Amino acid sequence: MNELAFFINNVVIAGSVTGSIYAIGAIGVTLIFSIMRFAHFAHADMMTFGAFMVLLLTTAFPAVGASIGVPTALIMLPLAMLLTALLAVGIDKAFYKPLRAHGVKPIVMVIGSLGVTLMLQGLIRLFSGTGGQSLYVDDRKEIFRLALPFEGARAPIVITEPQIYLFVITLVAVVALHLFLNRSRLGKAMRAMSDNPELAQASGINTNTIVAVTWVIAGGLAAIAGTLLSLDVTFKPDLSFFLLLPIFAAAIVGGVGHPYGAIAGGFVVGFAETLAVFNWNVLLRPFQDSFPEWLTLPSNLAFVGTEYKIVVPFFILVAILVWRPTGLFKGKVI
Amino acid sequence: MSHPTNTRNPAYTPKDATQTRRFPLRELVLFGALLIAVLAVYALMGAAYSTRMLVEAACYAILALGLTIQWGYAGQFNAGVMGFVALGGFCAMLFSVPVNDAFWGTELPGELGQVLLYGIAATLLVVGATKLDRLGVPKKLRTVIAVVLAVVLYLVVISLLRDVTSQIQSQAGFVGGFGLPPWVGWIVGGALAGGVGYFIGHVCLGLRSDYLAIATLGIAEIIKAFLKNSDWLTRGTATVSPLPWPTPGPAELGFTLSRAIYLSVTAVVIAVIFFLLHRAYHAPWGRMIRAIRDNEVSSAAMGKDINKRRLEIFVLGCILMGLGGGMLGTFNSLFDPQGYLPLNHTFLVLVMVILGGPGNNLGTIFGAVAVYIIWIMSEPLALFLMQLAVAFGEGTFGWDAPSNMDSRALQARVLVIGMLITLVLRFAPKGLLPEKIKSHG
Repeated sequence: MNELAFFINNVVIAGSVTGSIYAIGAIGVTLIFSIMRFAHFAHADMMTFGAFMVLLLTTAFPAVGASIGVPTALIMLPLAMLLTALLAVGIDKAFYKPLRAHGVKPIVMVIGSLGVTLMLQGLIRLFSGTGGQSLYVDDRKEIFRLALPFEGARAPIVITEPQIYLFVITLVAVVALHLFLNRSRLGKAMRAMSDNPELAQASGINTNTIVAVTWVIAGGLAAIAGTLLSLDVTFKPDLSFFLLLPIFAAAIVGGVGHPYGAIAGGFVVGFAETLAVFNWNVLLRPFQDSFPEWLTLPSNLAFVGTEYKIVVPFFILVAILVWRPTGLFKGKVI
Repeated sequence: MSHPTNTRNPAYTPKDATQTRRFPLRELVLFGALLIAVLAVYALMGAAYSTRMLVEAACYAILALGLTIQWGYAGQFNAGVMGFVALGGFCAMLFSVPVNDAFWGTELPGELGQVLLYGIAATLLVVGATKLDRLGVPKKLRTVIAVVLAVVLYLVVISLLRDVTSQIQSQAGFVGGFGLPPWVGWIVGGALAGGVGYFIGHVCLGLRSDYLAIATLGIAEIIKAFLKNSDWLTRGTATVSPLPWPTPGPAELGFTLSRAIYLSVTAVVIAVIFFLLHRAYHAPWGRMIRAIRDNEVSSAAMGKDINKRRLEIFVLGCILMGLGGGMLGTFNSLFDPQGYLPLNHTFLVLVMVILGGPGNNLGTIFGAVAVYIIWIMSEPLALFLMQLAVAFGEGTFGWDAPSNMDSRALQARVLVIGMLITLVLRFAPKGLLPEKIKSHG
């Protein structure tokens, strides 16, 4: 049964963690895509920026969390979300709005967002250095070990404190977004604009407000995703190019412009990554005796090595573009 | 033919179609300024350093020409120039490095070839399985068979390959090269880059233009990851050097002269590419490409095969990038997969193209040389400014500066490149030397 615990730790839990992070990132990308019709390449750096804000605030006031009993970084998260949302609106005003006003093609907006990516990256690295840093400045990372309820199960299921927060916050964020999009006036206006911008404008929806709201949501979600990722591992300023591909793959798998699809896509990509790097030999080894003589399993039965993890989202992306370019849930924009 | 003057509308006389030749003032001023900048670098930094800078700038000019036909001629955005450059560099390394007898003398090449044959056989089997429905197998069953077969065969081949490669690594170090002249590697590098470009373009070019950017960004990181981790093929992080030059090396002629000869080789290559591109641009083919860029719907209505033309031009651009990458790799005389950075090999090239003038070959070459000079000179400048800031901070506020200020100063250049991209897009979207649009009346 140790193998089962190993499988749960390395696939179920790890897959849910990466899946949640990709899902939150992909929601932001897909919302921007559906309102402004371009692939926002600076999203991963907005995630890094949010995490960096949390790091700065946590370093500045390291003792706040201990008084309540939660990590300081989590208390600083709402503040960081606000700052990242402000940054997103500011970037839009300074860089994207003039381009939109010129009526450029979407691909020029993409290049513009790549310029913004580099600027954010430069700024973050200028202030944080290039090394990794833990967001747990004064707190201690709790690790829970749950024993499996079977005979002879010695290896426990391991789950850490930030992972539990990650699942809770992801759930809250998704439910809040669902309520916002379906119940509130602004959310309905957003969906109207994503369906047909001209018609939305003609029916009296203020498109500038919608654009600003989209950036606020995208910025806030990016800050959540970046912070939770950095809590789980460490804060690194140069993650962005490795995050971009899985996040875009998730958004496209789910169908571009489709927030619920993005969630599904995030988990598809996350689980595909962990399943691909998982060494299947671990699960098959207990049955070694029942295999025929000629079949000896090699010790490494992973599909790809961990160093080639980035191949997985790319493969998914290519596969979906070849067989179903609209995505699993029929995205609106193609 | 009796009344030709009546049948022709005077508003459409073809004389308007012939371009009025204007004095190329802008070109002259810009290239004059560039010449002065180059001379200034020569005076400041010495001949050997400056010639090296010029050779690198020339290699970047080839990359920029590749990007300008993708972005300028056809409006396709390639965000993964780095990957194609790395492929070119890899081929230049593989073909020019001396033969490794520790590998070829053993039975290892045979085993490697056997695994490759298994791989080809497995691919054929899977492709065959996808055609099973023609034999009357239900489509769903066919898909299941094909997927299961693909997974099992993939696992078999990959574990065989892992065995062989780890043996190569432990017994021979790495595969070694073919000991051929470097230009063979450049050509193969171009072809390989073109092949990868064909694959990506085939998947993405019929869809939204954003998807191409995403996919190229991904393939670049994958190529880099592959080259970095395949120690049996590239020695990975251990790097391969020296790579032989096609021209006499610095050991025989000294740095300045040997680099000058290499520079003339690159200059000849650029001249040939420039001439061919110039002809292609003004040929009916070039006109068709621009028509597709400017108005897809109307050119499709004219019966042009849009996706095919797009694929053509994308592959052509990738070939140039592979070629330029090979020349750059050979010149550096070092193959280091970790040295390929998105900033240095993708975004720098992008800035060269959009600043110089997308779609204008002369502007692109100007942009490549000018931006490269600024880029190289900005390194000492950034370090100097950072030291100044640290000294000021320590003196005035008693600020205790972190120790890694030098690496942070270099990060400031990332910021500058990003700002340049956004500013150029905003204020000079056509670049310093805009593409000349012929007006027909």
